[in-house]
Amino acid sequence: MDLSSINPVLLVASLMITATPLLLAALGELVVERAGVLNLGVEGMMITGAVCGFIITVETGSPWMGFLLAAVAGAVLSMLFALLTQVFLANQVASGLALTLFGLGLSALLGREYVGIKPPSTPKLDLGPLADLPIIGRAFFSHDIIVYFALAMTVAIWFFLQRTRAGLTLRAVGENHDAAHALGYKVVLIRFAAIAFGGAMAGLGGAYISLVRVPQWTEGMTAGIGWIALALVVFASWKPGRVVLGAYLFGGVGVLQLNLQAAGVSIPVEYLASAPYVVTIIALVIMSKDRSGAPASLGRPFHASS
Amino acid sequence: MGTALLSLSGLTKTYPGVVANSDVGFDIQPGEVHALLGENGAGKSTLVKMIYGLVAPDSGQMTLNDVPFSPADPNAARAAGVAMVFQHFSLFDALSVAENVALGMDNPPPRRELSDKIRTVSKAYGLPLDPQRTVGDLSAGERQRVEIIRCLLQDPKLLIMDEPTSVLTPQEVEILFKTLRKLSAEGTAILYISHKLEEIRSLCDTATILRLGKKVATCTPAERTAAELAEMMVGSSLRPPERRAHEPGGVLLEVNDLTIAPTQAFGTRLQNISFSLRMGEILGIGGVAGNGQDELLAALSGEVLTDASAIVMQGTAVGAMGPTGRRNRGLLTAPEERLGHAAAPEMTLTENALLTGSKRQALVKGGWINWAAAKGFAEHIIHHFDVRTPGPEVAARALSGGNLQKFVIGREVLQEPHVLVVNQPTWGVDASAAASIRQALLDLAADGAAIICISQDLDELMEISDRFAALNEGKLSPIRATADLTVEEIGLMMGGAHGMEVADA
Repeated sequence: MDLSSINPVLLVASLMITATPLLLAALGELVVERAGVLNLGVEGMMITGAVCGFIITVETGSPWMGFLLAAVAGAVLSMLFALLTQVFLANQVASGLALTLFGLGLSALLGREYVGIKPPSTPKLDLGPLADLPIIGRAFFSHDIIVYFALAMTVAIWFFLQRTRAGLTLRAVGENHDAAHALGYKVVLIRFAAIAFGGAMAGLGGAYISLVRVPQWTEGMTAGIGWIALALVVFASWKPGRVVLGAYLFGGVGVLQLNLQAAGVSIPVEYLASAPYVVTIIALVIMSKDRSGAPASLGRPFHASS
Repeated sequence: MGTALLSLSGLTKTYPGVVANSDVGFDIQPGEVHALLGENGAGKSTLVKMIYGLVAPDSGQMTLNDVPFSPADPNAARAAGVAMVFQHFSLFDALSVAENVALGMDNPPPRRELSDKIRTVSKAYGLPLDPQRTVGDLSAGERQRVEIIRCLLQDPKLLIMDEPTSVLTPQEVEILFKTLRKLSAEGTAILYISHKLEEIRSLCDTATILRLGKKVATCTPAERTAAELAEMMVGSSLRPPERRAHEPGGVLLEVNDLTIAPTQAFGTRLQNISFSLRMGEILGIGGVAGNGQDELLAALSGEVLTDASAIVMQGTAVGAMGPTGRRNRGLLTAPEERLGHAAAPEMTLTENALLTGSKRQALVKGGWINWAAAKGFAEHIIHHFDVRTPGPEVAARALSGGNLQKFVIGREVLQEPHVLVVNQPTWGVDASAAASIRQALLDLAADGAAIICISQDLDELMEISDRFAALNEGKLSPIRATADLTVEEIGLMMGGAHGMEVADA
């Protein structure tokens, strides 16, 4: 066992990379759930984003086109869910599960020709003198733009939900859709928009896995991150700040346990591998003790006639 | 008369199978308090939804200040000066008062300005409110203030109020009326929906009475007696329930220092509730909704378990016993929510009869259901309580509210309970069905059962109960004999005016 082989700077740098897809997907789902919709299709939208982003990047050579189209692909797929649940009033749980299964199958089909290819690498954001700072520069300021985009989105979503009129309306729809309708708000339209946003964010998160984190395409490569994102939203009590904490904690423990494995710590691999899940759940359960509840209309179907 | 503010003519709206409104027309003058009177299902709600732009009429015209008025949605209605306070509050529990108010406005001012405005207006009309508080923590009366303030901030020309007093104590009603009179003196017309006759006689200038979707009459309520109004509303004269004289017997049920934590977000904590109940007695428990009624029913039915000794029935501690054990001992309950709590909506009446009657009616033997007996029991209820339905194989959902209520009350009454707990037994039920349910409760007590009737309808409690207590914020007031109580005293037992003030003159 050699713990000195673990470099804390690299640890922080790689935890930011690991946490980013989870953060993106969870933030998207947070907005969807605050609007009162439970979309269990996050995993499906992520993997679809992963494969679409990968294909576009390989074909065009531009990672930015890849990320853009991945977001579009996630949003398009989520519209299928929106159509089923908001227009045809299908059950949200069943539709979300179907979306995940559909996304997994579709991505496997689309990605058949792309297994084993290496995509053009995503350039790092040049932060100039910041990146040259000792230790901090390497750990925090030498990443690609998506990492910072995810953090910026956290603040933006918090500001949107708490400080803007549109955010208040979205929360109102999630809280009591009948009352929102009675006041004249377009419940279904607002939910469509929220679902599309959630799809785009999930697609972006998926593309980050296939283009930056791994980077290559293999079938089923999101490996349950979508499900973690769903759980994270609940344990974070639907608050963006806590989603960041949870995502970074999950990423951090994940990277740490890999490092510990490599250092040959005499703990069975299975325990180490389950550590991120256990630690994240415990931390978030403690944080969510103030019992701020779920949006009251979460998962309930809305029909204007009643 | 001058020109009418709002004029309705020939309004008709049909839903599949139901004519909600048929050729309804009347005028509202500026500054007039106009009552819309009718039973449940008479079409009052549909009519105001058309005025507020939530429902489009099939035919008929509305004019507002002599201009044709056909709002496409509530925003359009609000822009035209029509505001509405809903019967079932259209509030958002998890949001603050200020946020709730902002959601009801088309162009809300910045937050701080809005908070100041809420404080000023609410003070001026005697409805003090703290803009920062979360609505879910407010009492029913306070929640209503939020709705009213939300409307007043838009300077409405017409304020629609749908059954505003059903959640208020008598003192709060008096203050609300002062506020409404002040508004009316300032020129705001008020369309006041209610089925409470005395209120309408004291408050309203004009009344339009609806029955089965049609206008029956427009009259001046102060010139009519309550009985005349009731007859116009119901279409026939009603016989008040008869009380058979009997003496209360020994103690059947004792509740000792019952304290339970709320089971859901924004629930109420029951605190140190103690009372005893004798054979042949009806204990009425009043109070504004959300003061612990649901929690009390859950504790008595066994849905929420307590210390064994907190609830003692005929000498046996049953507090730690579930609903089945209590039912076996003769403690039966009928909750408020008909669909989903008292009855399973998609199941047939036979199945619903079986759900609570399986043991006491011996409908299940050795794990096998005796369907013939279950059907017989359901038919017995239907026959005995005059439930209007094609038969026991109909799903509970298909019954009207009144008929289903007769069924779920009848189901418990016919199981010969020793103690029966009912919550809102006549809520949303038409007058004749309500009268027959009250009669059944009185007869059951006369035969020796003890009954707890939890209700928000004070008239009902005065009519049937021997003793009265009120729940306020999870605490039970001292119990008093009904015969020597005044409305004033009842109001104080319910918590008085809850901090409301008389509007500044």
